[in-house]
Amino acid sequence: MSELLAMGNYGPYVWSSFGLTLAVLVICAVQGRRRHVNVVNDIRTRIRALESE
Amino acid sequence: MWNWFHKLASPPHFYRISAKMIPWFAFPGAILIVYGAVSGLFVAPADYQQGDAFRIIYVHVPAAYLSMMAYMIMALSAAIGLIWRIKLAHAVAAAAAPLGAWFTFLALITGSIWGRPMWGTWWEWGDPRLTSELIMLFLYFGYMALRAAIDETVKADKASAVLALVGAVNIPIIHFSVEWWSSLHQGPTLVRAGGPAIETAMLYPLLAMIFGFTLVFGALILGRVRTEVLFRERLKHWVRVIVIPEGAGA
Repeated sequence: MSELLAMGNYGPYVWSSFGLTLAVLVICAVQGRRRHVNVVNDIRTRIRALESE
Repeated sequence: MWNWFHKLASPPHFYRISAKMIPWFAFPGAILIVYGAVSGLFVAPADYQQGDAFRIIYVHVPAAYLSMMAYMIMALSAAIGLIWRIKLAHAVAAAAAPLGAWFTFLALITGSIWGRPMWGTWWEWGDPRLTSELIMLFLYFGYMALRAAIDETVKADKASAVLALVGAVNIPIIHFSVEWWSSLHQGPTLVRAGGPAIETAMLYPLLAMIFGFTLVFGALILGRVRTEVLFRERLKHWVRVIVIPEGAGA
């Protein structure tokens, strides 16, 4: 098992590359989702403000 | 065909259809990435020259390919938006930029991590492949900064589209840099005369990763275009119906 993880002494390079890739994919998804929620909330707030005038 | 295209390009229709499309990209994409990563890390044999370090190829190549693909989508959509004044096209261009920037960053950083054990350096200033890829990161940043600096969406669309198109010159430079100049970066492995120069046990995981990343990218960009569309159409009635559901009151 530890031999598999060692990657012939290139372990730190290989695993950090794969880890960063996973991180970037997750960030892309979360960032996009968060922006969508923010935009929806902003539009809702604005419409309500306009309609309550 | 044209009828279908026009219907798809109509914002409310796109918003509805894209929600159904996203899972069809995301799930097969995720499955392919898991398969590609597992077999790339544990099943594919180590490279006879690069040992296990070559496995970085499985994340570096898809990231680098998508960094350029995103730019081409951005520039092409910007051109379509400029020429035919299709609003959805500008929304696609704006959505492609942050994703392109992330994948460019990923390509640079995984390349750097690969370069350290293989070339003995994290970074080589003046190397054509590395430098042109870095320039693309700055083009994405410039594009996003320009958009953020202009409040009026129509003006932001036009100005940023011009920037995207001018910067497109960099794409063939990145692609051919390893052939035109001497570079530390190795030459093409997959798309080359005489077919792929890679063993099948190494090739299949790579193809799975490239295809899987492309599908996930498709899901990500669709999601971002939806946000763009909603914002751009914020004064329209159909957006009101979505944002404030029936019975929620105003």
